[in-house]
Amino acid sequence: MDRRRFLKLAAAAPIAGLAPGLATNLAFAAAPAGADYRRLLILIELKGGNDGLNTLVPVADPAYYALRPKLAIARDSVIQLSDAAGLHPALEPLLPLWRARELAVLQGVGYPEPNLSHFRSIEIWDTASASSQYLQDGWLTRTFALAPTPADFAADGVIIGSPELGPLSGGGTRAIALANAEQFLRQARLATAEGQTRNKALQHILKVEADVVQAAAHLKADHPFKTVFPQGAFGTAIGTACQVVANRPGVAVVRVTQTGYDTHSGQAPTQARLLGELAGGVVALRSALDELGRWDETLVFTYAEFGRRPKENLSGGTDHGTASVHFALGGRIAGGLYGEQASLGRLSGDGNTGYAIDFRSVYATALERWWNVASTGPLGGRFAPLPMLRT
Amino acid sequence: MRALASLATIAAVLSLASPAHAARSGALDYGDARHLLNRTGFGATQAEIDHYVGMSRDEAAKALLGSARTAALTTPPPAMVATGALHYPRRGAGASEDELKMFRQQQVREGLELRGWWIGEMLSTPSPLTERMTLFWHNHFVSSQQKVKLTELMYRQNVTLRANALGNFGAMLHAIARDPAMIVYLDSAQNRKGAPNENFARELMELFTLGEGNYSERDVKEAARAFTGWSLDRERGEFVFRRGLHDYGSKTLLGRTGNFDGDDVIDILLAQPSTAEFVTRKLWRELVSPDPDPAEVTRIAARFRDSGYDIKTALFALLTSDAFYARENRGTLIKSPIDLVVGTLRQFDMHPGETIPFAVAAAGMGQNLFAPPNVKGWPGQEVWINTSTLLARKQFLDRLMRADGGPAGMPRTATAEPMTAALPESVPSQAVGKDLKQARRLRLMCAVDRGVRSVQFDSAAWFAQWKAPRDAEGRKADAVRLLFAVAPQTPLPPQGIESVALVRELVLDAAYQLK
Repeated sequence: MDRRRFLKLAAAAPIAGLAPGLATNLAFAAAPAGADYRRLLILIELKGGNDGLNTLVPVADPAYYALRPKLAIARDSVIQLSDAAGLHPALEPLLPLWRARELAVLQGVGYPEPNLSHFRSIEIWDTASASSQYLQDGWLTRTFALAPTPADFAADGVIIGSPELGPLSGGGTRAIALANAEQFLRQARLATAEGQTRNKALQHILKVEADVVQAAAHLKADHPFKTVFPQGAFGTAIGTACQVVANRPGVAVVRVTQTGYDTHSGQAPTQARLLGELAGGVVALRSALDELGRWDETLVFTYAEFGRRPKENLSGGTDHGTASVHFALGGRIAGGLYGEQASLGRLSGDGNTGYAIDFRSVYATALERWWNVASTGPLGGRFAPLPMLRT
Repeated sequence: MRALASLATIAAVLSLASPAHAARSGALDYGDARHLLNRTGFGATQAEIDHYVGMSRDEAAKALLGSARTAALTTPPPAMVATGALHYPRRGAGASEDELKMFRQQQVREGLELRGWWIGEMLSTPSPLTERMTLFWHNHFVSSQQKVKLTELMYRQNVTLRANALGNFGAMLHAIARDPAMIVYLDSAQNRKGAPNENFARELMELFTLGEGNYSERDVKEAARAFTGWSLDRERGEFVFRRGLHDYGSKTLLGRTGNFDGDDVIDILLAQPSTAEFVTRKLWRELVSPDPDPAEVTRIAARFRDSGYDIKTALFALLTSDAFYARENRGTLIKSPIDLVVGTLRQFDMHPGETIPFAVAAAGMGQNLFAPPNVKGWPGQEVWINTSTLLARKQFLDRLMRADGGPAGMPRTATAEPMTAALPESVPSQAVGKDLKQARRLRLMCAVDRGVRSVQFDSAAWFAQWKAPRDAEGRKADAVRLLFAVAPQTPLPPQGIESVALVRELVLDAAYQLK
């Protein structure tokens, strides 16, 4: 029996007869009565660790220019958002969203005792764990176990542009990993959704096959968008994401991965290209969701394993850092700057910054304020949501 | 397909209900022998299975363990065994961007060669148990090329793991603590008196010996002090003890106090019963079932520790246990991508001219050799299977079984150009453009696809193993044996399907993902 069904059945049973651990689970399962998964969540992973300091440039901080003799972006070339901060010029396509107050810029998103390994740090983000805590399931997997999506959804979530399930990893979720929707539908003929068994391993495989079949049956990939999606891997991934969300009832979450941000050397041209692709993709996303009438019911946010070291290295790049800048977008976003600028005068022993917003507060915002599900269970504790949504 | 899935699952259900069938001292039947060889090796062939049928459990385990090799049969890529100093890009200001890019490209190329080599060794070794155990220890004493970078160091660690794979666990642990790839991977070289780095000490206790919950944070700190100065000679890529960086003070660890060094710490950890139990539980999950039996683990772990951590002693106990041969434990493990790729090639007697595509295929299913996802290794079992990896597995099998060689004796084509030809020898001085990068990726994917398609399933030769009569009854008997050969349990034969089509249907069935 899968976890989801177990929770449903268990919820009908008297709690008194159950083991204490189960009763705790049930309390979480019972809480989110009004989960609203028609509201779409889109996560954009900036894989490799985007350099936050050159994404939102602290133009008034002399320490920034001292730390980055080669890489610093001049005050007069940024897109000024406030007296103290301006966006990387490649993000210029986002300016209309900023003016429409549909773009929130989250400064200093990170966590205590930061880990500088790509693998470990993204695991911390994906499982919403503490720095020294090892968890198996992704934060969305835990969410959907406690507050299931409607049964007629094609899947809980769709993963595009990465083989890793990230926040949807672990057992129980109906997560569909897509390279592109058409290829998935072609390959899906190799799956079959038959059979019942008590062998747990076989049960799992049959469940995944059933997920493929259900998703393939509910998905079409031929919506005629007027929006033109940008060329390149990220633009294509955004196009796939839009094909997925054109299906109703579709999925609760889409995770799109953009790779290449691990800029240890020659950062300037690489980051400019990546941020340009990001901005172009996001603008296309907004336009396509507008066509579908879904922009007002969409919340988009970016994330990554970490930001980069404030002091540039000797190869014209930056090394692994800690907290970074992230974006949240959508028709119901209360645009503006959140968090606070990094204190470049007070760096840690290894030359990194502290954090202003715990990433789990961003997750809590999505869970509580967007989907109306309890966040303490999935996040393993209380993290205050950010006031970045107009409801 | 529909019929097969339900038949396979009916069989699985039936096997749960049926009592343990074989007497403790009974001889191995065909299914027992197949089970033993598939769990300890990769995709047993008909001839291998026949060799073990009729042996007692003890005889079979002795034969397997007695014939295990301690070194690879095949020759590693030349770069792995080249003598002289290791090559790094110059550090800091001296390193140009070109130089760094060249270095990265070289490591990618050599890394692919190394992966292809190991796949080749798994395919051709007469001692599959050695390779299975080397892979097991690779996933226990995890190091990844993602961090270690230098392919030579990954190769040398592989040699160390293979030499000790069926030897002594204690000796292997002492060797691993000095292993250059491990020293880089877990930051031992940064562990200095007054500025300890706890990375190795923590994983040593949490993942290599005791398991979580059997030590305190203080134990980690004290053990880290004992390992200060265990470092690396960068040029030669060899272990070096730096006296000046070692903390010679007194340490207290797991209730014992003394001026311990790293070797002392390892011996203290080996003396703990929880170490033997932790490793035995992991061996159980590798070989027997996903759910270790606590009483059996205690029994086998005690033998393991009493033998001074002789790995063959532990394996003998596991491979002759009732649980190992129990019906309810058959078909309960999910094949790893390496099991699926190497096992399928072996079982169907396919001989690829180029092995790198198969390493890349396994990586696409979630198991990139020499690069486990993190220090905990591949979690395995159900984590292997998600919608993406399952479809990747099926697509791989589908392609393999479409590449039928036709009549026996048809020549097997080799790949037109080696995989590494898809990677550039050098990088142009300007930054690599998007188009070039995408073209390179495309070339690589084409090479993988060509490699997989180059393998021929010589169905005529494979089917001829049964030398069965061609009448209707004979064909039915064939089908039963065939199913027996392919599925992990014994489903009933479907009707009306023959030869290659039947094999294709079988390998695409969910039950084929099990062992």
